[in-house]
Amino acid sequence: MENRITHLFKVKQQQVLSVFFTAGFPEKTDTASIAQALEAAGVDLIEIGIPFSDPIADGPTIQESNKIALDGGMTVALLLQQVADIRPTITMPIVLMGYLNPVMQYGVEKFLREAARAGVDGLILPDLPLAEYLQEYKALTEELNLSVSFLIAPTTSEERIREIDAVSTGFIYAVSSSSTTGAKAEFSPDQQAYFKRLHAMKLNHPCLIGFGISNAKTWQQANAFAAGAIVGSSFIAQLKKDKSPAAIKQFVQTLTTP
Amino acid sequence: MNFQVNKQGYYGRFGGAYIPEMLYPNIEDLRERYLAIMNEPEFQKEFQELLQHYVGRPTPLYRAKRLSEKYNATIFLKREDLCHTGAHKINNTIGQILLAKRLGKQKIIAETGAGQHGVATATVCALMGMECIVYMGQLDMDRQRPNVERMRILGTTVVPAMSGNKTLKDATNEAMRHWINHPTDTHYIIGSVVGPHPYPDMVARFQSVISMEIRNQLQTEVGNPYPDYIIACVGGGSNAAGAFYHYLQEEHVALVGVEAAGKGVDSGESAATTALGKPGVLHGSKTLLMQTPDGQVIEPYSISAGLDYPGIGPLHAHLFDVGRVQFVSATDDEAMEAGIELSRLEGIIPAIETAHAIAALSKFEFTPDDIVVINLSGRGDKDLETYIRWGKY
Ligand SMILES: Cc1ncc(COP(=O)(O)O)c(C=O)c1O
Repeated sequence: MENRITHLFKVKQQQVLSVFFTAGFPEKTDTASIAQALEAAGVDLIEIGIPFSDPIADGPTIQESNKIALDGGMTVALLLQQVADIRPTITMPIVLMGYLNPVMQYGVEKFLREAARAGVDGLILPDLPLAEYLQEYKALTEELNLSVSFLIAPTTSEERIREIDAVSTGFIYAVSSSSTTGAKAEFSPDQQAYFKRLHAMKLNHPCLIGFGISNAKTWQQANAFAAGAIVGSSFIAQLKKDKSPAAIKQFVQTLTTP
Repeated sequence: MNFQVNKQGYYGRFGGAYIPEMLYPNIEDLRERYLAIMNEPEFQKEFQELLQHYVGRPTPLYRAKRLSEKYNATIFLKREDLCHTGAHKINNTIGQILLAKRLGKQKIIAETGAGQHGVATATVCALMGMECIVYMGQLDMDRQRPNVERMRILGTTVVPAMSGNKTLKDATNEAMRHWINHPTDTHYIIGSVVGPHPYPDMVARFQSVISMEIRNQLQTEVGNPYPDYIIACVGGGSNAAGAFYHYLQEEHVALVGVEAAGKGVDSGESAATTALGKPGVLHGSKTLLMQTPDGQVIEPYSISAGLDYPGIGPLHAHLFDVGRVQFVSATDDEAMEAGIELSRLEGIIPAIETAHAIAALSKFEFTPDDIVVINLSGRGDKDLETYIRWGKY
């Protein structure tokens, strides 16, 4: 079967909306209903965060969701089970995103095989070094038809962006600013110049812009130069307020309506 | 055996640079340049002059007669407690601030546990006229009050870390987040041999002055540079790395690292990483790490803020792996008693971190000819409140 992420970008090259949420937040059993509500709301792709005790790349909102999820008993094994249960109920791609340590402890090979079996389509492991990916992950992720996305940041050199583009599968995660995760009201001229520069590089893989997408303005600014965007912190904040399918639908509409 | 870091940044199966992309350019810049900068004659001159005239090096190697009698050995204390600011930490911060200037950075951040590294960083920032922010766990700010005020007097902003157990691990998380948010103008002065490559190697090199001096001093004192034992406490492991560095190849010198057992290794309130840890990734390196089977980092515990860390530097994880260093642990009570004992026998009140190293003496059978060097990593001024609260003196 064609990888669902590959397929998505074949049929849609613009305004791709990916939504990130932390597994097991606000409640351990919420993962499925949130995923289903997001698909019903017209989202193209979901990234489910594997909670970790020490999320150094995350701002306060996602930090808190990690802590609540862990306190509520969320585990890697439970998440894989939840994904397996959700998979038959939605058609969009599912990406798992998380820090390396919980994956290492689960066992890299075991994790990859079980993720693929559960119906995961892609992975984002922000603290996985490229060299280690090439040595220990690449062959197996290819065999299992799992795509792997890497991050690039405004400070990433052109040479390294090309290197990342060459080894990525699926999409490239373009971090919007030199920052931890967190909502921003709008993007600065510098950030927009960086989006433009990325666009002009004509990379092999589509870019999704993440970190700081929070409203129609940032959504549009991202879409001006990329295939789409990833919204995380502001969605987590929404879940904290109201996690009902109606509220989730409203959130997506507000974000994507100019 | 070779104990140096390899080209990829590993010591055996430990080390590396496990960092989000936002930190990659900084770490890469540092990796490419640190050795060249450290080897510049101009850098070396400035570094050595500051170590001599500002820090007060070489620190004495003091023959502790009454302690020797008590433990039936010939015990020397390497007096890092006499360094300016009261601990070995400043050897590293002097080195890193000189490096930061050459990297073109204007601002400095640091994490601190006991506050010694924070004070040492605040001090060199005052010296160089650089802006400084230090992250410190809220709990540690409470138990190391004097150091918080020392940093503030020196002009540093101390920011409380409020997550987790509000100790060293959490302060390190916050410092890393700050660096992600300020990558271009800021250098992060990590306080131990932890973090992504090249930090462990760089910090070990700056601290290696300790063992270089021990070699020279022992040569003068006893006619050869080789002790039978070197004992040092291990939080992240920087004072131990410095004390062991120039002896790693000399397998006849027994190297002993002392971890904090807290209320007992198996009490659930401990920071004895080699006893309790498994390989994992935290703060940018693969190392031994106290964690749950699900890969969540366990909040460590020790009475000493400087040893209250769930990992150890990757060099130490490797030295443990291959058996080059023997790791033992001392409980809160053992350390406090040893701290009082050193005070009474030698008139030296040690830092509570350091007291763990003293406490290890009772775990060995020595003979009077055995030459034992204890790295006296710091003095106890900052810990008076903890001593007072403990009360048994
Ligand atoms: C006096 C003293 N010794 C030891 C340590 C532990 O650090 P390391 O293991 O890096 O030497 C500290 C840390 O704060 C300290 O202040």
